[in-house]
Amino acid sequence: MQTALFLLQRLARDKTALFGALLIVGLILVALLAPILATHPADVAEFHPAERLQGPSATHFLGTDRMGSDIYSRLLFGARITIVIALIAVGTSVLIGVPIGLLAGYYRTWFSDLLMRVSDIFLAVPQIVLAIAIAQTLGPSIENVILALSITYWPFWARLVYAETRSALNNTYVEASIALGASPMRVLFLHVLPNISSSIIVRTTIGMGGTILTAAALGFLGLGPPPPTPEWGRTIAESREFLPDAWWYATAPGVAIFLVVMGFNLLGDGLRDILDPRTRRSRQ
Amino acid sequence: MSLAGETSAVRTAARADAPPLLDVAALRKYFPVRDVWQRQVGWLKALDDVSLFVRKGEILGIVGESGCGKSTLGKTIMGIHPATDGKIVFEGNDITKLRPDKSRALRRRLQYSYQDPGASLDPRWKIRRSLHEPLVIHTELSADAREKRVRAIMRSVGLPETHLDLYPHEISGGQQRRVGLARILTLQPTLVILDEPTSGLDVSVQATVLNLFLDLKKEFGLTYMFISHDLSVVRMICDRVAVMYLGKIVEMGAIESIFSAPKHPYTQSLLAAIPQIGGRKVTDDFWLEGEPPDPTNLPSGCRFRTRCPLAESRCAQSEPPLIEKRPHHADACWLSA
Repeated sequence: MQTALFLLQRLARDKTALFGALLIVGLILVALLAPILATHPADVAEFHPAERLQGPSATHFLGTDRMGSDIYSRLLFGARITIVIALIAVGTSVLIGVPIGLLAGYYRTWFSDLLMRVSDIFLAVPQIVLAIAIAQTLGPSIENVILALSITYWPFWARLVYAETRSALNNTYVEASIALGASPMRVLFLHVLPNISSSIIVRTTIGMGGTILTAAALGFLGLGPPPPTPEWGRTIAESREFLPDAWWYATAPGVAIFLVVMGFNLLGDGLRDILDPRTRRSRQ
Repeated sequence: MSLAGETSAVRTAARADAPPLLDVAALRKYFPVRDVWQRQVGWLKALDDVSLFVRKGEILGIVGESGCGKSTLGKTIMGIHPATDGKIVFEGNDITKLRPDKSRALRRRLQYSYQDPGASLDPRWKIRRSLHEPLVIHTELSADAREKRVRAIMRSVGLPETHLDLYPHEISGGQQRRVGLARILTLQPTLVILDEPTSGLDVSVQATVLNLFLDLKKEFGLTYMFISHDLSVVRMICDRVAVMYLGKIVEMGAIESIFSAPKHPYTQSLLAAIPQIGGRKVTDDFWLEGEPPDPTNLPSGCRFRTRCPLAESRCAQSEPPLIEKRPHHADACWLSA
């Protein structure tokens, strides 16, 4: 509780991080309140071919798409998909990567070497390529996007936690609790994990941005959830043939992705400054 | 000085015929030395054939230069480093091959106090939680019973109970030391290994801390292994002393005998290095020059011969064994009578 309060106080002073946090809070509010905020909530699944490709107006704030659906309303519901994909994919990666990193860092045996080599293999292939391959094989659906992202993302956390665990184990207080007779699980989860949690939080925040970007890329390539899901990446892909005339069509989801990813990155940078003084940026 | 009076009282408590609480036989700890390619190119012999025992109720001092293996000895006995070879028998049980997690119950009564006990406290934990931890690990006590014991220990080490709700960085260095000690004492150990407990403290605090050790010894019936490079402190509170040089014990025995008539040239030079008011200039007697040789590449024969002013040709041929040449006083030198 005390640390959370301290974090909020420090965040309030860091203007760029605060801006990032506000963007993310905005995203969450939009996703939660989508049915209330949307002017045409039914347009997620409904078509109005007579109204297709209309520019921004009082009835359609951000214009209409090729099916005549309201882009503004679809954008709001797209925020839900983005949040669900990013949260579950990153959550799964953290749940897989953190314990693997902790165990591999504590037990220095052939098994920990194996785990680390496996994560090296994953890291050696560009993440988007691997995700495309997996999503392509499994077929386009929201579950498969989440699965593909989780499989390709966990090694980042495993690597980070492995390195942090190795260095945390050198702390006298960790050695002292081992000498006291603490079990490996007690040492790892009660002493090591809380003390490396700040790096995990920072990595997770920045990772959320990366995941949203990759998910949008998969959607753009037609590997995301199938139509008529209002996924942002897919919307941009659909809009290509109508550019540059229907400029509003691609702009809305494009700006949305940009703002959300920037929000997570700014917040992540800000959190790193607050939690980890070693990598503090040079600005005041 | 009150300290001297108390020490003599405490010393008589240690009986010469008491059975050994800890018996270490031919203990070796070698660390592999690796080159940049991780290939093993040799061994660092941090402990080489160390044998000693600690009797119940006594204080055994371990002295030597930095890097001689004093701390490695303590940590190997504790099982923080697994022993390469040799035997450690504590309270009649062989604990050598057991890792700390496997021998938790056995090691409960054997505890290690870090050079900086403050650093042994988790910075994110309140002192109360740190003090409860050993009891959570080793006992089935209820939270209330643990709290009662923790409060009693806090009183014993002379800290107010209000400190239980503070974080380690919120109290002073001396108080951190007390908390570190309290943490160990909650388990009611019989043997406590004190690693450089007075280093980095100014003299007045040193005296307070030493008095605290002696008080706690009396109160809890403790036995200490006192690792230090401060000879005057060792002389003040220890019953017996072992002098280490490059991973080996070169001289061991009763404190009076060693301090009044050191036999090994290394001990002689160490004792000559204690400054004394009105005594001779330290530099007159102190002929120990240079650094000890590289422990990964020890000289043949006696490992002290490269710095020894008395070295003869036979010193280079074979290593002198540690032999008890007079009652309660052993040394490892070919030339000592």
